[in-house]
Amino acid sequence: MLESFQIIISLLDSTIRIATPLIFCAMAGIFSERSGIIDIGLEGKMLLSAFVAATATFLTGSPIFGLFAAILMSCSASLIHGFACITNKGDQVISGLAINILASGLTITLGIALFSRGGQTPPLASEQRFMPIDFPFLDQLSFVPVFGELFVEVISGHNILVYLSVLAVFFTYYVIFKTRFGLRLRAVGEKPEAVDTAGISVIKMRYQSILIAGMLCGLAGAYLSIAHGAGFGREMSAGKGYIALAAMIFGKWNPIPTLFACLLFGFLEALGVRLEGVELIWIGEVPVQVMQALPYVLTVVLLAGFIGKARAPGAIGVPYSKEG
Amino acid sequence: MKNSENKGGNEAIASLPPSTESAIELKNITKRFGHVIANSDVNLKVSTGTIHGIVGENGAGKSTLMNILFGLYKPDSGMIFLNGQAVDVNSPEKSIALGIGMVHQHFMLVPTFTVLENAMLGNEGSMLLRSGEEVVLDRLKDLSNNYGLDVDFEAIISDTPVGMQQRVEILKALNRGAKILILDEPTGVLTPQETIGLFDILRSLREQGVTIILITHKLKEIMSITDTVSVMRGGKVVADFSTEKTSPEELAENMVGRKVLLSIKKPTLKVGKPVLEVKNVSHESKDGVLVLKNISFDLKEGEILGIAGVAGNGQSELLDILSGIETLQRGQITVNDKTILPFQDWNSKKAREFGVAHVPEDRHKRGLVLPFHNYENSILGYHRNEDYSSGFLMDKRKILNFVDDLVENFDVRPRSSSISSGKLSGGNQQKLVLAREIESNPNILLVGQPTRGVDIGAIERIYEDLMKLKSKGTAILLVSVELDEIMSLSDRIVVMNQGTIVGETNSSNATELDLGKMMSGLEQV
Amino acid sequence: MSDSNIIPKWLSVGVIPLMNLFLAFCVSGLFIFFIGENPFRAIFVMIKGAFYYPGAIGYTLYYTTNFIFTGLAVALAFHARLFNIGGEGQAYVGGLGVGLVCLIFDQHVVGFLVTILAILGSVIFGAIWGIIPGYLQAKRGSHIVITTIMFNFIAAALMVYLLVNVIIEPGQMSPETRDFASGVGLVQIHILAKYLGLEMAMSPLNLSFIVALIVSVGFWFLVWRTKFGYEVRSLGHSETAAIYAGIKVSSTIIIVMAISGGLAGLVAINELLGVHNKLLLGFTAGYGFTGIAVALMGRNHPVGIFLASLLFGALYQGGTELDFEFSSITREMVLLIQGLIILFSGALAYMLNPLMERIYIKYYGNYNNA
Repeated sequence: MLESFQIIISLLDSTIRIATPLIFCAMAGIFSERSGIIDIGLEGKMLLSAFVAATATFLTGSPIFGLFAAILMSCSASLIHGFACITNKGDQVISGLAINILASGLTITLGIALFSRGGQTPPLASEQRFMPIDFPFLDQLSFVPVFGELFVEVISGHNILVYLSVLAVFFTYYVIFKTRFGLRLRAVGEKPEAVDTAGISVIKMRYQSILIAGMLCGLAGAYLSIAHGAGFGREMSAGKGYIALAAMIFGKWNPIPTLFACLLFGFLEALGVRLEGVELIWIGEVPVQVMQALPYVLTVVLLAGFIGKARAPGAIGVPYSKEG
Repeated sequence: MKNSENKGGNEAIASLPPSTESAIELKNITKRFGHVIANSDVNLKVSTGTIHGIVGENGAGKSTLMNILFGLYKPDSGMIFLNGQAVDVNSPEKSIALGIGMVHQHFMLVPTFTVLENAMLGNEGSMLLRSGEEVVLDRLKDLSNNYGLDVDFEAIISDTPVGMQQRVEILKALNRGAKILILDEPTGVLTPQETIGLFDILRSLREQGVTIILITHKLKEIMSITDTVSVMRGGKVVADFSTEKTSPEELAENMVGRKVLLSIKKPTLKVGKPVLEVKNVSHESKDGVLVLKNISFDLKEGEILGIAGVAGNGQSELLDILSGIETLQRGQITVNDKTILPFQDWNSKKAREFGVAHVPEDRHKRGLVLPFHNYENSILGYHRNEDYSSGFLMDKRKILNFVDDLVENFDVRPRSSSISSGKLSGGNQQKLVLAREIESNPNILLVGQPTRGVDIGAIERIYEDLMKLKSKGTAILLVSVELDEIMSLSDRIVVMNQGTIVGETNSSNATELDLGKMMSGLEQV
Repeated sequence: MSDSNIIPKWLSVGVIPLMNLFLAFCVSGLFIFFIGENPFRAIFVMIKGAFYYPGAIGYTLYYTTNFIFTGLAVALAFHARLFNIGGEGQAYVGGLGVGLVCLIFDQHVVGFLVTILAILGSVIFGAIWGIIPGYLQAKRGSHIVITTIMFNFIAAALMVYLLVNVIIEPGQMSPETRDFASGVGLVQIHILAKYLGLEMAMSPLNLSFIVALIVSVGFWFLVWRTKFGYEVRSLGHSETAAIYAGIKVSSTIIIVMAISGGLAGLVAINELLGVHNKLLLGFTAGYGFTGIAVALMGRNHPVGIFLASLLFGALYQGGTELDFEFSSITREMVLLIQGLIILFSGALAYMLNPLMERIYIKYYGNYNNA
């Protein structure tokens, strides 16, 4: 009993660690797609900013500097996306894909050119990273049964970006549903003509939205290389951007359900790792690949309308043009 | 020619009381889209606190002109004056700031938002929605009461009737402080009662000093509500009048650019046996709205049956079902003695096999694949015929021979088999579609809005072709929102309102007044 | 997305795509310059690597073969206005088809027949991986872009599972099957040449290349000469018009995705039957994604796709040469170039149109006389 509680605690702990970049990226996706811009470039933006975060941190020694560099990088990628599909009315999927492939090539090429380590950045010392923060009163609380342990092991002891990701969810929810900006953003994704004829620039709204998406992706990238990890490794985003995309769809483009989708997908991955080599009663060994594939399978099933109906914003993927 | 007409018009304007200053003045506006000149050297003057009508046929350039005034399009040349001041209206933002509001033909509302959210969009009162909503709601309620703009602020737009959506659009413009209101074809989707309601609203707006520009192609509306009127044709303003000094006849003459309205020689023909029988057909749209209720009629050989009605009263759905685009849900259809029952395998392919040809209402979306070459479009829907193919292959040579004859015989210009159909003018596109359908030798032809967006020369040709087909004994079902067209082409007329047939009459003893009453649903015959 | 209707076709189909490609290469060159190498030398090395060395052309054409298959796969879907990002997964699962056929039959049936069956297997398995997203799009309205992305990941997980746990050669560490029997496979061109008395340098180029050329011709025929192709193009340009014409939208979508998946699946015959002679992990190596760039550049036409495939074949082969010649740039440079090509030839394809229109009107056209 005690042991299984321990297992659950450690599972939850790693769920949060795995879910953090997903949450940032999924919120980025919500900002972008709610404004009508498909964003499959989450993966690439995260990868680019992970690389830049590690590089800038290594060069300056300051993770804060790394973080800002990451955000700057990711926003630049957003601007390329915007230039292609907002200004030039290019295809949003193609543009996103270009960013992803570009990110793969660019990070490795620059990594090798800068550091000659086969694409990796040099490892960062712990003072160069965002380190776990321990909450006050841990000692006192650890004596409280269940809750205390939960607090000490799961809630406390993460780096600042983990807590920031939770904040990002509330930020997203608040901005999108409670502010004038959010009203316009949702309107621009549903019916851009309505916004344009209301005297609000569709182009400006969409650029603002994807820039916010860029910032959030930058945080995700920084988390990977200078908080959770200690340096950049080739392809270190490893499909997380796509899982975040799946989580966003699974959460039906709404921040709170998307948060839970991210946690669910994070949990599945943590569970997969945990179950490797473990024989379960009745079932036998669950292959880790099943857990890896599950988020994608679930998303496909949801999209197919077998569990509820995911409705994308009305004008998503359509470049806005006034003169037909 | 243009000059002389303008002269008459200017005199009319000059005869208005001199004290009225002009709220809007457009000078020498020109706008091109690619090769098409939408507005050419347009001049327009509207006095403050009046209702000014702009009439013209489809494609005359009315909407383009208003979109320029609203800042959606940028004119290639010309100037805009508001209250005597030259202004540069380069965006809707700017025009709204200058006090211009516009109600578009296709409503600019977010379907998933509430009425309130839509009405406040662009002038939300505050950075935060909650505090903004309080401010805006008060203001909107005042406006709503003042002008009789009755709406339900909580309702989701997609659930509200079009009449209310239009009132939301007007509210939205007023909420942003509009002093000049442009309405683009506002009555196209309204029933006559709703139209009356709208006009009451417009009159009360005028009383309180709002300047209104009303774009329409319906002369009756112009005569009943406007103070002054401009006629547009071919991208130009060809005449200006004071409404009380003109007549519908004079306006019509200017709209089409010649005296006579089309006179059609109807072949007198004994009608034969019924070839299309529709019995108790009902249909539910995807949103669960009952759009057709118990429709029954029949159509005989050599007969043209006209279906009259305000747009959106079920005519489109009826065409879709008869042509196999939509599944038949309830009732039954008999086509050439073959009966189709609900949810049977009924599709466009089958309809064609049964001898039903279809000239769709929307040639851009349905009748043509615009990027296709003429020769590819000339067989759309008939591409499986053995005439143009062998086995699974298409026979390009046969198709080219066919299309060469087609463009020649039906006067499709330019006479090219390889031009993209999207580059043809509206009239020539329609001739191509009609030609294709007639050449399939149908014994039933369904025709929707045959002359929408078609120039006058092509209209004449299209009417001729339809008459020729009728005299061959083909049964024709004609759906049109143009009453004139229905009355002059049909042998028999049925009127649809809100998904039901509300009346039937012989065209020889039908009057516009009677039909109008039936279309409004006020009178059952 | 549409071509301008002001400028003539030779500009919009010929000059502008070349200018976009040129821009992509210019930006790539800038990156090389910033890294501190000479971009012109890099190009020179890559061209030499792709065409000059013995066997280089063979390698280039071997890569070209893969890109023809995936490029055609993406292009066919594009003709129906479907964005098939799933070429990677379809190719991967196509490999499973090849692997299963070979593993089951190669001990019992004559090699030639097994090879034919394996080719069919690649097509059928690839097709299945295309049909499911096609079906979900057609019947359930799931966005095909998202579904095919998901299916790439599902394919990857499936293949890892099967190769690690099920069809791995027993007693072996690396996740791959046993070698196929010796009579099975598509013969390599240099061996063929030897039979014919010609001397050719060794390269992995094999009969799949011929298959790719035949399939390209078939593709052209299918799209522009058959009723089905007509229906596909109608649907791609205008779904409403297609319905009006009595074309069954959902079955057309499903068939298009089946053929598209099958085409992608053919990558497996080049890789497995032509080169590796066994099924192994990750043999698709991103070829499915490159197919998107190829289709975009090739404007969904087989001739364009062949040329684009050749370009990417040369880039891939020439890219490997970078590793030997430079200390600071590697073959991943090609990924960067690929990304830029997708950006400029795909997402920014129409960026130059307004400029060209202005230039064209200034020198040739005049509206008022038109």
